[in-house]
Amino acid sequence: MKKFFAQCYIWILMILLYAPLIFIAVFSFTESKVLGNWTGFSTRLYENLFTGRMQGSASLISAVENTLLIALVSAAVSMILGTIAAIGIHNMTGRGKRALLFLNNIPMINPDVITGVSLFLLFIFLHFSQGYLSVILSHISFGTPYVVLSVMPKLRQMNPNVYEAALDLGATPSQALRKVLIPQLRPGMVSGFILAFTMSLDDFAVTFFTRGTIGLETLSTYIYADARKGGLTPELRPLMTLIFLIILVLLLVINIRQAKMQKSE
Amino acid sequence: MAGEEHIIDLKHVSKSFGGKVVLDDINLYIRKGEFVTLLGPSGCGKTTTLRLIAGFLAPDEGEILLDGRDISGIPPYKRPFNTVFQRYALFPHLDVFENIAFGLKLQKVPADEIEQRVRKVLKMVSMTDYEERDVDSLSGGQQQRVAIARALVNQPKILLLDEPLAALDLKLRKDMQIELKEMHRELGITFIYVTHDQEEALTLSDTIVVMDEGRIQQIGTPAEVYNEPVNAFVADFIGESNILNGTMIRDRRVSFIGHEFDCVDEGFGENKPVDVVVRPEDIYFTQKEEKTQFTATVKSCTFKGVHYEMYVDSDTGYELMIQNYDAYPVDSVVRLYIDPDDIQVMHKERTCNTFEGVMKDETHVEMLGGTFECLPQPDLRAGDKVAVEVDFDKVDLLDHQEEGELAGEVHFLLYKGDHYHLTILTEDGDHLWVDTDDIWDKGDQVGVNFAPQDLKISKRHEA
Repeated sequence: MKKFFAQCYIWILMILLYAPLIFIAVFSFTESKVLGNWTGFSTRLYENLFTGRMQGSASLISAVENTLLIALVSAAVSMILGTIAAIGIHNMTGRGKRALLFLNNIPMINPDVITGVSLFLLFIFLHFSQGYLSVILSHISFGTPYVVLSVMPKLRQMNPNVYEAALDLGATPSQALRKVLIPQLRPGMVSGFILAFTMSLDDFAVTFFTRGTIGLETLSTYIYADARKGGLTPELRPLMTLIFLIILVLLLVINIRQAKMQKSE
Repeated sequence: MAGEEHIIDLKHVSKSFGGKVVLDDINLYIRKGEFVTLLGPSGCGKTTTLRLIAGFLAPDEGEILLDGRDISGIPPYKRPFNTVFQRYALFPHLDVFENIAFGLKLQKVPADEIEQRVRKVLKMVSMTDYEERDVDSLSGGQQQRVAIARALVNQPKILLLDEPLAALDLKLRKDMQIELKEMHRELGITFIYVTHDQEEALTLSDTIVVMDEGRIQQIGTPAEVYNEPVNAFVADFIGESNILNGTMIRDRRVSFIGHEFDCVDEGFGENKPVDVVVRPEDIYFTQKEEKTQFTATVKSCTFKGVHYEMYVDSDTGYELMIQNYDAYPVDSVVRLYIDPDDIQVMHKERTCNTFEGVMKDETHVEMLGGTFECLPQPDLRAGDKVAVEVDFDKVDLLDHQEEGELAGEVHFLLYKGDHYHLTILTEDGDHLWVDTDDIWDKGDQVGVNFAPQDLKISKRHEA
């Protein structure tokens, strides 16, 4: 009996969590303009999405492109910055190291709205024109800590003499970095990249405050504007379903990688 | 085998980490082709010395010469040395072949030559047919062989080895020692080997450098270091020994354990306190009365495989360790003698504690980071700089740190036949030396006190 209730509890939780997503996914297979109205099974919305036969399709597609571009660039830069930072922090000792790790955690816990507003104020203060660049810089600033966090454990596992062994065998510091350090840190770097990438895809608040007035739209700001105009464009339903599936796959990849890593130790 | 030509010279090399002196004025030369071992307990500075030679660290002071030229400014990747690290430090993302070929590829050696040289060196470390293996799938001993191969394939002028066998089990360690010695003979290059294992050092080395607390204690061949240790530390660290307080009566005559013995040492002066070392295998049993120098009662007798190890109490009450192929029953009274050649006499580094202090008032002196009561010193005023002497047996050690004026830790201990001679390291980093009958262990936390009448205070004159 006890077990039954425990099972029920889990299922109710899962349903509550996933009901909205399932709802969207189900209703992406019907043509109705109003969400919640089932007018029979159809893949029309998917067709429209991919052929562009829909209202405002140009701006939707450009929003998707912007989102992907911003996510890729910011995740890539975050990965490089975060890895270098992690190596630096790893080689520090004592109070400085603890302080930096603490500082590294703040941007991850800080509410997005506050990060967004403060970056907005910073760009204004610096007279930095807001647009692509300011959004990418902002995304780098909140993506980097995730890379630091995923690279640090790899550094801790590494034999501390490995870098010295490379130097000892005639590698210059940059060769040692490329041929020995990075290959060993790569799994952590990739995990960090994926995390930063999804964080960037997901972001609304920071983008909203730092995109300026040039009309730059990402998916999240597009949907926000679209919903305010009066109802969601129906084609967003298949789009969201697809994004959810992509994120799901990415998450699975990260988890499987981590499981493999733990096994290999 | 070892020529007279120096390959490495360390001149007045010092190194500190965060204010703590790790190496203090090291002077050392290493001859071409020599097998040199840096030997000492952990924290003695041996690994730091090796890392300075490898170039991973730069000396704070002094210079390091290779073939007579200063190499301080040359980074590790340009030095013609290769290192075998304690925990192997193989590259886990590369297989055995790629690990060994790493250095050659960087030097842009042609592929067929790399192939040839890797195979040759793999054969040398008996690891043929392991080329394709993942390094993580190898055992500790195999990984160590790959690490040695990876270093040797570059044909270094010097091979540096940082406790390479420490992680292996005893049997494997013995086998590898023999193989290393063999490789050294075949290759004829200089080996610099770091270890804390005195037996390993004695087995392998042409020259042993004994280090402690950042200083070189003794440099010599294994036989010299074993038979003629220069101080109590070396005698205690290398092999088993009886270390005793003695008095040099005159040249070639020394007294210890309440008896007088002939010895071969000269030049210590007359009636000078000295340390005497007698190895346990150098105390002989005899039946003849005329040969007997003293008698003793056997307290315990343990079989150690090749020999028996016995503890005896001498007729004068000193405990000695004796190793002999024959066993003598416990409680039997035995006749003993020691050959003059086997008595090693050493200068005492100190005969009492001497501290620098400052008078606080007529009856208090400040020293070692604490304030101590002393007998009234009418000739001294507050603020006077003084030297304070305390005899070894006049230092009170207390079980609890908070009970003492000073807190410290037992850093080193020597048994001297009828008492222990302890080195105490205080929290402020000062040393003091204590003679005691009580039993303490290394690392024990102790409180330290002095009785007022035991402080011998004299005014210190500025140099």
